[in-house]
Amino acid sequence: MKSTLKYVLAMGLALQVCVPMAMAQGTKGLENPRSTKFHSDLSGKTVAFLPLSMGFDLTEGWAAQMRKQADRLGYSFEIRDPAWSTDAGTRALQSLIGEAPDLIVVHNPDIQSYARLLKQAQSKGVKILQINLESNTTTDSYVGADWTEIGEQAANAVVAQCSEGKGPSNKVAIDTGVPTAASDVFQLDGIYRVLDKHPEIEVVSQQATEYNAEKARSIMDTVLQQHPDLCGSIGIWDNQDTGTASAIKQAGKQDQVFLVTSGGGNAVGCENVSNGMFDLYISYNVPLQGDILNAEIARLLQSDAKAGDNKAVYFNPLTLIDKSNVNPRNCWTLDALK
Amino acid sequence: MNWSLGKMLKTQEGVVLALTAGTLVLFAIFLPSFLTAGNLISLVRSMSILGLLSLAMAMVVISRGVDISVIATMVVSVSWVLVLQRNGVPLGATLVLGGLLAALVGALIGAVIAYGEIPPIFATLAAGSVVYGAGRTWLFKLEMQNVPPDSSFFTAIGNGQIFGIPVIIVVFAGFCVLVHLFLTRTRLGWALYAMGNNPAAARNSGFAIRPLTVGLYTASSLIAFVAGLLIAASTNSINARLYNSTMIYDILLIVVLGGIGLNGGHGRVRNVLLGAALVGILLNGMTILNVNFTTQNLVKGVVLLSAIVIDAILNPRDEQTSQQGDL
Repeated sequence: MKSTLKYVLAMGLALQVCVPMAMAQGTKGLENPRSTKFHSDLSGKTVAFLPLSMGFDLTEGWAAQMRKQADRLGYSFEIRDPAWSTDAGTRALQSLIGEAPDLIVVHNPDIQSYARLLKQAQSKGVKILQINLESNTTTDSYVGADWTEIGEQAANAVVAQCSEGKGPSNKVAIDTGVPTAASDVFQLDGIYRVLDKHPEIEVVSQQATEYNAEKARSIMDTVLQQHPDLCGSIGIWDNQDTGTASAIKQAGKQDQVFLVTSGGGNAVGCENVSNGMFDLYISYNVPLQGDILNAEIARLLQSDAKAGDNKAVYFNPLTLIDKSNVNPRNCWTLDALK
Repeated sequence: MNWSLGKMLKTQEGVVLALTAGTLVLFAIFLPSFLTAGNLISLVRSMSILGLLSLAMAMVVISRGVDISVIATMVVSVSWVLVLQRNGVPLGATLVLGGLLAALVGALIGAVIAYGEIPPIFATLAAGSVVYGAGRTWLFKLEMQNVPPDSSFFTAIGNGQIFGIPVIIVVFAGFCVLVHLFLTRTRLGWALYAMGNNPAAARNSGFAIRPLTVGLYTASSLIAFVAGLLIAASTNSINARLYNSTMIYDILLIVVLGGIGLNGGHGRVRNVLLGAALVGILLNGMTILNVNFTTQNLVKGVVLLSAIVIDAILNPRDEQTSQQGDL
């Protein structure tokens, strides 16, 4: 009896000591094997970024976001800056293939130049993620604007202003950048898909500006001399179209010529919407692209699939910015992304 | 001087003049709105900025130098001006600082050439990337800089007119007169020709060649700074990427096409005007005709090549006429 009591007491004591201990262990939670695997899969990996060039809104924005995620998840992230030279870019890509990082993020200068090298990289086991400017080679992933859609949207906006009986005329000017870039070839296709359905719209000028704002200005200046009743203009990039807009402004035709342009949605571009230089600004939203890029980088680094086995494409949604919606949500600054 | 047609056509200048006149007549006949006041003003205006940079280049080339770094100096100094204005520095101060930066860069480049005796083409080629790199690293981060939205100074230059002529053309014309007077009426101007013709002889006859070289590159940088301000006013922005564009070749095209040989010692402001006129008329006409990009480049190349070929046929080189440094 006495020993039973002792036993019960001991049990009670043990319970008093051990149960709280077990419960304390319970409050420390459960290890999430997926989180552990996620972090261990990503840490120590290598990602390289080959932009057209650093130093402009798009590439600086993406790079800031990619670097932030690389720091958070412990993989290395490095940039090879060819400074607008396709030759230097080709050499950088060749040397990257030799170094064999886990993933290369590529920004193509045109649809042809890197095409073979991208195939070669994948056959060596390096995964390729293309950003915003496509190559003819489909790779593991593409994230970015659908240039055809931008062309269609721009043409639709101009048609709405300049079709029969609406504007001062049906005359429209188009200025492009470099004739071989994905942004040019696909966007022109999108523009003409719409314009072909509206034979009343007359394209009076289609000129390449080489992304030079002063050249864009003098082209628009000349076009306005020839066609003082010009109704609309489609520009391929906001960085050059400040020139187009200046020519329109200097001719005093800001109320007459409807100017559509597109870009990454940097606050500098938005400023030109609020001051009336651009009538419509189609933004492909660099912060959003950066987020999707980061998700794709994480997915590709974790995936067991071999480079080139699975191919994915995601065209991100576009934001149409006019005077009514210039706001910090649509217009970003580089400092805010860092 | 004897201005006979036959004699004229025996110089490259004459050949280019004939080509220019020919194109002008063709466009005037076949393009109905080419010869209107509005279009001609737009044509001259479109060449004013390139013309201004070509004036700077011409002075350097006459002294048997070349300044490949003008574009870098231009974009870096003017981008910095815009960045400073965005940060609230008053306009006057930013212009002075930008001008000082351009002058300092020019003086350093000139010193490297004059005292380091580095051939100008290598010195300025290297200096260009140093200037651009330093600017991108310390002075501004993004290539594209907008003019502050409420800047009346830039609006006045970009949109303003004096007696119906755009301010930008007036500025270019002013510099043409200044450089012309400098080259033809001043001792320093004559010294440039002496340097270009025979640097050793010029030095032996007592010209202070080294300080002169430093001054020359400083002047060239300052003109580039003014040209950059005109670009900023004209397009409401400046894009540092111009440094990576073909602009420097367009400038050399104007200088060489106009008849200023790269071996130095000869050339006038009128050669720059002639080169700029031919390039400007061609570009304007092809824009009106809506000729595509590749064809435009082809035409530009063919015109330059034919000017050189015709010149070579009319003025064959021989041991007596060729000089050291002939390109």
